[in-house]
Amino acid sequence: MPLLEHFDLIEAIILSVIAASTPLLLAASGELVVERSGVLNLGVEGMMIMGAACGFAGAYMSGSTLVGALCGILAGAGMAAIFGILTLGLAVNQVATGLALTILGVGLSGLIGAGFVGTKIVPAAQLHLPYLTDIPFIGRILFGEDAFVYFSVALVIAIWMFLYRSRAGLVLRAVGDNHASAHALGYPVLRIRMLAVLFGGACAGLGGAFLPLAYTPFFIPGMTAGRGWIALALVVFSSWRPGRLVAGAYLFGAVSILQLHTQAFGLGIPSQLMSSLPYLATVIVLVLISRTRGTAGSAAPASLGQVFVPDR
Amino acid sequence: MQLVLERRPERSAVIAIASPLIAVALTIVTFAALFAIMGKDPLVAIYVYFIEPLTDPFTLQEIAVKATPLVMIAVGLALCYIANIWNIGAEGQFIVGAVCGSWLAVRTNGTDVGHWVLPAMLVLGALGGALYALIPAICRVYFGASEILTSLMLVYVANYGMDYLVRGPWRDPQGLNFPTTAAFDPAASIPTLFEGGRMHVGSIITLIVVMLATVLLGRTIRGFEIRVVGAAPRAARFSGFNADRLVLLTFAISGALAGLAGIIEVAGPIGHLDPGVSSNLGFTAIIVAFLGRLNPGGILIAGLFLALTFIGGEGAQISLKVPLDVTKVFQGILLFYVLACDSLIVYRIRLLRSVRKVAHAAS
Repeated sequence: MPLLEHFDLIEAIILSVIAASTPLLLAASGELVVERSGVLNLGVEGMMIMGAACGFAGAYMSGSTLVGALCGILAGAGMAAIFGILTLGLAVNQVATGLALTILGVGLSGLIGAGFVGTKIVPAAQLHLPYLTDIPFIGRILFGEDAFVYFSVALVIAIWMFLYRSRAGLVLRAVGDNHASAHALGYPVLRIRMLAVLFGGACAGLGGAFLPLAYTPFFIPGMTAGRGWIALALVVFSSWRPGRLVAGAYLFGAVSILQLHTQAFGLGIPSQLMSSLPYLATVIVLVLISRTRGTAGSAAPASLGQVFVPDR
Repeated sequence: MQLVLERRPERSAVIAIASPLIAVALTIVTFAALFAIMGKDPLVAIYVYFIEPLTDPFTLQEIAVKATPLVMIAVGLALCYIANIWNIGAEGQFIVGAVCGSWLAVRTNGTDVGHWVLPAMLVLGALGGALYALIPAICRVYFGASEILTSLMLVYVANYGMDYLVRGPWRDPQGLNFPTTAAFDPAASIPTLFEGGRMHVGSIITLIVVMLATVLLGRTIRGFEIRVVGAAPRAARFSGFNADRLVLLTFAISGALAGLAGIIEVAGPIGHLDPGVSSNLGFTAIIVAFLGRLNPGGILIAGLFLALTFIGGEGAQISLKVPLDVTKVFQGILLFYVLACDSLIVYRIRLLRSVRKVAHAAS
């Protein structure tokens, strides 16, 4: 039956889009919180790749995906701590520190992961609910994913609730929009930012750990392949809003999968054009939302990337 | 107890001189510790990385070849960073410069058209890099879009664009299906300085760029404008300096230099265009710019030093059997220390016994 075959193909594509989008969503939702607190951490790629290397190392030695994920989270948060100490403690330029973090992360992960290249682990288990997972087409998509996928969705919802429905979230946004006023009101600007930076690092580390723990069950040096930079682009693309971030992450994931298929379909579009579309789209979105700054369209934190040294 | 930063009444002149030296010393100590952990003799490692490359004329030339693009790009970036303008897309501008210059080399390949080809390629490379850099500058000036993010996004677009060209229309038909253009003609290649050596005329061009930038920053009104806009934007506004024009200008200059570095690299040591031409030189140049304290002379030294670690790292890969990643770890740690030490020029760290007690005493 040709119709059923098509369904199988579409199901496979959707499953691979979800898998491709999940690390982006995890890393980008952490960075969204960081940027909402007014800090620009360009080291997402470095934190992700460290999460991937340490996550794989942890899972390989313990035989447990959970331990691996925790190692990835710790590695990402550890990298973020270096960033936080420098940019918040020593008031160092955030752009330069973030880039240094990426360079360091790529190097360190190569050293850590070198001993694990060529080894395999058991990939993260996928959910299986009797009856529900067996529903044709939507069963596997909705009820047959691994824990990372469900966690990433829960994480974004939690972040949305935190930012818009909690007092702490309001304070975090205030710190990101005007650190001088927040400081004058008595909020510990640097401590709040440090917590946000650590949270962002943990998310990036988890997003990185997803790659060797669930996406492919082995570690390759440099396996994040620029996903950290895409996550950064996504935060801007989403104009710092969790809802749009989900849409953006799945859009970016879909484009990255579809460009693999366009060649198979022979549409005559160069795959490189497809691959560069998300980046071009980000530039265009950035231009559009910046034009309407001050109106409802933009949510760019006003203190983003600025150094803050409290005076007493 | 709490550690707090406190702005110094004026920049500390002593630390300003000592800070890069302290940073390098701390890095080497950290580095030695890293090697000790990896079970290698730290002293041997330091010798292999920092001394051995200096003892051989061949590796000395390699250091100059490696430093040439790094210094050229970093000088342009420093102009931006001094003015608090953040071009972090030099990687993309480097690639676009390489592609624009290569266009002429590919078109004239195999035809003996004359000696104007190479100068024209260099002009095209610089022009391409400058125009590509102007995209984020225009997005910032006319639309208010953050140049950090747009310049970074355009790196990927440039990468994919080049990838398309070398896999598609520009691919060498005799290239055994490798994604590369045909090797450039001698008329489209940068001449080397010594017979049989690898060091090329690009190094001379870089030295000229360093000198011009020193004059621009130290001796011209435009250089003064760049420094004032960076150090005191409000004062710059009151004195009638046009910050928007400066964004366009510094982006154009840094893009032109990155593009020039790109075409020199392709027409020089590499000799053809392929997807690996850049190997992240545009990002590494950011480290060089900061390591050189955003000062053209300092950048020259920093570029040579970083080139030394690259070449030393290649040597260590063979003689110490350590992965190339060690070099990246070294560069990352070095940049951290440099940035942290530089912070102490402007701030000092004070230990507060108790914040509450101080607040009490004040009230």
